[in-house]
Amino acid sequence: MIEVRGVSKSYGPVQVLKSCSVAVARGEVIVVCGPSGSGKSTLIKCVNGLEPFDAGEIVVDGLSVADRKQVQTLRTRIGMVFQNFELYPHLSALDNICLAPMVVLKKKRAEAEERARALLARVDLAEHAGKYPLQLSGGQQQRVAIARALAMDPVVMLFDEPTSALDPEMIKEVLDVMTDLAAEGMTMIVVTHEMGFARRVADRIVFMDAGEIVEDRDPETFFTTPASDRAKLFLSKILGH
Amino acid sequence: MAPLDFAIVVKNIPYLWEGLQLSFGLAALAIVGGILFGAMLSVLRLSRFKPVALAALGYVNFFRSVPLILVIFWIYFLVPLVLGKATGPFLSAWIAFTLFETAYYCEIIRAGVQSIPKGQINAGLASGMTRLQAMRHIVMPQAFRNMTPILLTQSIILFQDTSLVYVVTLRDFMTSAATVANQELKLVEFYVFAAAVYFAICFTASRLVGRLSPAWIGSVRR
Repeated sequence: MIEVRGVSKSYGPVQVLKSCSVAVARGEVIVVCGPSGSGKSTLIKCVNGLEPFDAGEIVVDGLSVADRKQVQTLRTRIGMVFQNFELYPHLSALDNICLAPMVVLKKKRAEAEERARALLARVDLAEHAGKYPLQLSGGQQQRVAIARALAMDPVVMLFDEPTSALDPEMIKEVLDVMTDLAAEGMTMIVVTHEMGFARRVADRIVFMDAGEIVEDRDPETFFTTPASDRAKLFLSKILGH
Repeated sequence: MAPLDFAIVVKNIPYLWEGLQLSFGLAALAIVGGILFGAMLSVLRLSRFKPVALAALGYVNFFRSVPLILVIFWIYFLVPLVLGKATGPFLSAWIAFTLFETAYYCEIIRAGVQSIPKGQINAGLASGMTRLQAMRHIVMPQAFRNMTPILLTQSIILFQDTSLVYVVTLRDFMTSAATVANQELKLVEFYVFAAAVYFAICFTASRLVGRLSPAWIGSVRR
């Protein structure tokens, strides 16, 4: 479903991605973790072409991300959820969800709204359809953002630290929605520090450090017997508290 | 000092009203022209093509560095030379105000567009929109809300500045007031009245701006 082959990227003299390769099969859930500045977010943004890359190749569902024409089509099939939600503050929750289907897929308003209401119900926010993002809590906003991404009927969902900007009591409601999605067979790449989620839901853990993919293995092995010292150090820091 | 005689002002209200209509008309046309061209110029100003952005910046810096009254004069004498015929003071004043205000509106609109976080465009792009669609449906509606109070404030200043057109013999409200004040030899009354009218109009307008801000703009700001 997703093939990342030898992707490298530099900002000036700083190399943020060093020949990264990952393959994700249909229905797989991959959690990407690692210290801050390790290139996790950059890598996930390369997958839908929001970040251009210097070398390598990324193919999603048979389409090449590097191809400017194909990436446009590709993005309609890749849902993305951002750390800061990035809901459109001038639109209600309902209109946030309807916008892309209407603008990009040229759906009629009635059709887009019907689907949007169904999606809001699915993330347990049916009664908040008319509210604006600022009237919603962080957890609610992120759930609207997930519904917005699902409105394009994506075949892949990317999550870029979806719970990092949330207060602790709201993290669970967002992770629950993501867990449901995974259970339904959605192909997902999730950049997160939520190791409990990673352990329960992920099929594989990709551990990154300094722009490199250091480990790529199943959660059980990764958490109990990590191969690299870097992963051991990272886990001791993140699980030690 | 003789007691103030405002009856003489009342007698001249029809004459003053004509002047006020010219002030309003010129201001309205200049606001429309300034915002229209200012929006276009701001697009050039934000262009990724450096020479275009620099040329637009040069325009802005030039007009922000010269006095408005000079531009009014200048266009008044220049336009007949360029067009080969006299155009009358109103058209030349409109052109001068539009050229001048374009620089200010451009900067307001540019700042408004830049005030929208890049993540908002990314969210649009990620859902398959083109850059243009993201600008139109996501950035512009928010930017416009953000900049409305400043656009209105600039327009109030523009309205006050229309009083400068006396230099090209246009009879705006201020000029009308000055003319009758001299004819009737009632300088204090007419200038007090003129001040009161400008104050009433501009103060009311700025109060409207203040009301608009929290209700309409604040609710959508992050």
